[in-house]
Amino acid sequence: MRTPLFVLIWAIVGLALYLVFEIFGNDYLFFAGYIVLQYIVLATAWNILGGYCGYVNFGSAGFFALGAYSGVFLYTVGQGVDDFGTEGFGALMHLIFPVPVPIIIVIGGIVAGLVGLGTGYLTLRLRGVFFAIATLALAVVLETLVVNWSYVGGSRGAYIIPPSEIPIFGPYVQFLFALMIVLVIVALTSARLIERSRLGYGFATIRDDELAAEACGVPTLRLKLIATTISGALMGMAGAPFPFYIGYVEPASAFNLSYAVNAIAMPMIGGTTSWIGPLVGAVLLGSLQQLATVTISSAANLLIVGLLLIAFVIVAPNGIVGLVQGWWRKRSANTPTKTSTTSSAKPSTTSGEAKP
Amino acid sequence: MSDVMSTAATQAAPQSASGPILQISGVGKRFGGFVALDGVNFDVARGERVGLIGPNGSGKSTLVNCICGTLQNETGTVTFDGKAMNGLVAHQRTHLGLARSFQLPRPFSSMSVADNIRVPLMYTVATRSGHHLSHAELSDHCHELLKLVSLEAKGSHRVQDLTQVEQRKLELARAVAAEPKLLIADESMAGLSHSEVEDIVSLLLQLNERGITIIMIEHIMRAVMKFSQRLVVLVSGKKVADGEPEAVVQDPEVVRAYLGQ
Amino acid sequence: MELELLLNALVAGLLLGGFYAAVTLGISVSFGILDIVNIAHPAFIILGSYVAYIISSKFGIDPIVVAIVMLPFFYALGSAIYQIYYVSFERRGQEALRGLAFFFGLLFVTEVLLILVFGVDYRYVEAVYIGPTLHLGILEFPLRMLVPALVSIAMFCCLQLYLSKTFTGRAIMAVSQDPLALRLMAVDPTRIKRVAFSISIATAALAGAFLIIIQPVVPSVGRDYIGIIFAICVLGGLGSLPGTLIAALLLGIIESLTSIYIGPSWAPAVAFGVLLLTLAVRPSGLLGR
Repeated sequence: MRTPLFVLIWAIVGLALYLVFEIFGNDYLFFAGYIVLQYIVLATAWNILGGYCGYVNFGSAGFFALGAYSGVFLYTVGQGVDDFGTEGFGALMHLIFPVPVPIIIVIGGIVAGLVGLGTGYLTLRLRGVFFAIATLALAVVLETLVVNWSYVGGSRGAYIIPPSEIPIFGPYVQFLFALMIVLVIVALTSARLIERSRLGYGFATIRDDELAAEACGVPTLRLKLIATTISGALMGMAGAPFPFYIGYVEPASAFNLSYAVNAIAMPMIGGTTSWIGPLVGAVLLGSLQQLATVTISSAANLLIVGLLLIAFVIVAPNGIVGLVQGWWRKRSANTPTKTSTTSSAKPSTTSGEAKP
Repeated sequence: MSDVMSTAATQAAPQSASGPILQISGVGKRFGGFVALDGVNFDVARGERVGLIGPNGSGKSTLVNCICGTLQNETGTVTFDGKAMNGLVAHQRTHLGLARSFQLPRPFSSMSVADNIRVPLMYTVATRSGHHLSHAELSDHCHELLKLVSLEAKGSHRVQDLTQVEQRKLELARAVAAEPKLLIADESMAGLSHSEVEDIVSLLLQLNERGITIIMIEHIMRAVMKFSQRLVVLVSGKKVADGEPEAVVQDPEVVRAYLGQ
Repeated sequence: MELELLLNALVAGLLLGGFYAAVTLGISVSFGILDIVNIAHPAFIILGSYVAYIISSKFGIDPIVVAIVMLPFFYALGSAIYQIYYVSFERRGQEALRGLAFFFGLLFVTEVLLILVFGVDYRYVEAVYIGPTLHLGILEFPLRMLVPALVSIAMFCCLQLYLSKTFTGRAIMAVSQDPLALRLMAVDPTRIKRVAFSISIATAALAGAFLIIIQPVVPSVGRDYIGIIFAICVLGGLGSLPGTLIAALLLGIIESLTSIYIGPSWAPAVAFGVLLLTLAVRPSGLLGR
């Protein structure tokens, strides 16, 4: 399937979802749906580095929060824009601020992407394990920095007051929901494009055997840096609208461990070898958690996620998608005419696209 | 056979004027307190067939790793095709025309057999020539390379479904796919039957005829003697012999190294 | 006055470092020697804290004594976990991604279970040495820090002796370098690794007791220690027990000085900052292999 068609299909799905929710008329659907969509982006982003390249990121919360706090920062500057006066520089500031949310998303992505690049540059020459630990370290360092930065609220937190209504969409949350749908399409399309391109092959070789990959001419460090940057940027983009969604941002919630756990659990449960896996994992686990938070405590909720993660990692390492593929392969093997199908990755039906 | 092999030959031709294709001078490598390589020196001429032998633990694999960039030697210089390799990482050396197969096969296990061959084609051959290969060209090249090692029927199989012997052949094919000027075949014949060994030897001879310089690391003396124009012997990280195969195997020091003191 | 403050900051740092050494010892074995990234280690330490808390408050026994009694149980727990890890991941050669995810899940599940059972109130223990301070001239040694630090150093010495003098201990050091050679000596590498991993979890029992002596404990505290543990491990150099001890003392001093001269809210970043710096500049650490 060509990419434009793929984007079109998902755009239609997204639009349909939006309209269905609108017809139901219940705001809750948009609020809960936003979170699930956000997790699709996070899970897909994590998987680009984790599933495709085999490098685990424990600090997804850090990248998410980078996006969120970029939003807080830009909002806070916008709030204080009158302090710059109306002449010269002040006029310029008034022109730029308040920054519209879509632009904030892009900026959040850039900030998080750069931090990802930097972290990668420092640690990706070492073994994957050190990278994983470094991502944990990064999240804590970032949180400490934010806690000590009173301009964005520090540990007291910051209040964000978005408009309650917006033209075309009505309630502001519906606007954010629509933005998140666009992000989901961006994330899924990027993941799928990567998978099917030369870049995707390169990532897979890094995961399978980095030493052999180098021997085959794959520039592993460069590819890992690309993966880290894209992954970080997507996570930052997912986090950027969050302050406008939730209204009050404090470090404990922005850097919450549940982001780190879910970003790992969703792709590992859904399946790490293709873009479908994180989507499946995020939709299932995300919806489950939205239901669970209202019925049982949030602690029990996280317990279930953790247990599922352990169970799948031990029993079904290729996730739900892997289980389905395995079942499909067994069926085809039993059919007399077919020889074995291709392996779980890389259906290269499109022409090889040259990528860096 | 095809453009695959002739490209390697045309690449080898222009530089065939000057000097050895590989110069190893004073190469040394330690692991903690253990000296794996101790000032190794030898040259390899263009188009030559060199056999590298030595008892287990003599440093052969470490030497290969240092030549190819998987490890960086601490002392001395590796010069390939007139260029110093110090500081260059493995993939850069592969792009310059150095390829190796691994002693224990290291296939990309999540991909099909054909896809394993695709990787060096996409990342070395395409990069080197500056234009990317279309899907059809890639498939053709893959197919030819698989034919070279009689694996053309198993292109779409998963690597896990191959036998050990087939995995070794895939390993070799993957190295050849990078269209190298110099190929290091690291124990590619371990575990093969008599006729399979013959097959690999004649394959390597064929490749050599097309202009690819080959260093063969082996324990199967029959193959080494048949294949090599020159024999180099490594013992405890030092080179102890370097010359005509017949002469080297009768060298008392070599005999002592293999049979023990 | 200034000198007194500095000297006591150094003393506090050393004592803190001694405690950190106990906390890191387990990982030094499982990660440094066995190459298993047991990121769930802090969870077992917290588990040790809670076990010390329950038994100590119920029976009035000293928490360190409780921990020593609990050593065999934690050892058994370690064996069980290693067995699962080995069968599911190590044997299949999939330790990198899946093993990490497994331990991460374990960290998480343990923490949440503790929350569900004990809630989020701070727990603490009572002991004779919590409270009094030893005064030597202008130096002050709070006993609640001094006792754990001393026991910790004793633990280190014991383990170092074990690893260098006993057969199993030396096999453990060998298995990390050459499992094949071990097999040729008719020693089962898997069994040796299991022993080593079990020892690493057993140390968590003692570390947990130290923790709850030094500060009140809540389940999420474990995660705060991940950075400290790995920072020390990397700084000291993987596979080197003496390196771990030195790095722990160093980190304790740095943290203590930061806390007093810059501010306590910066303390969490210290360990991680040290870690990132070490990884960027000298990844093999001070005394690494």
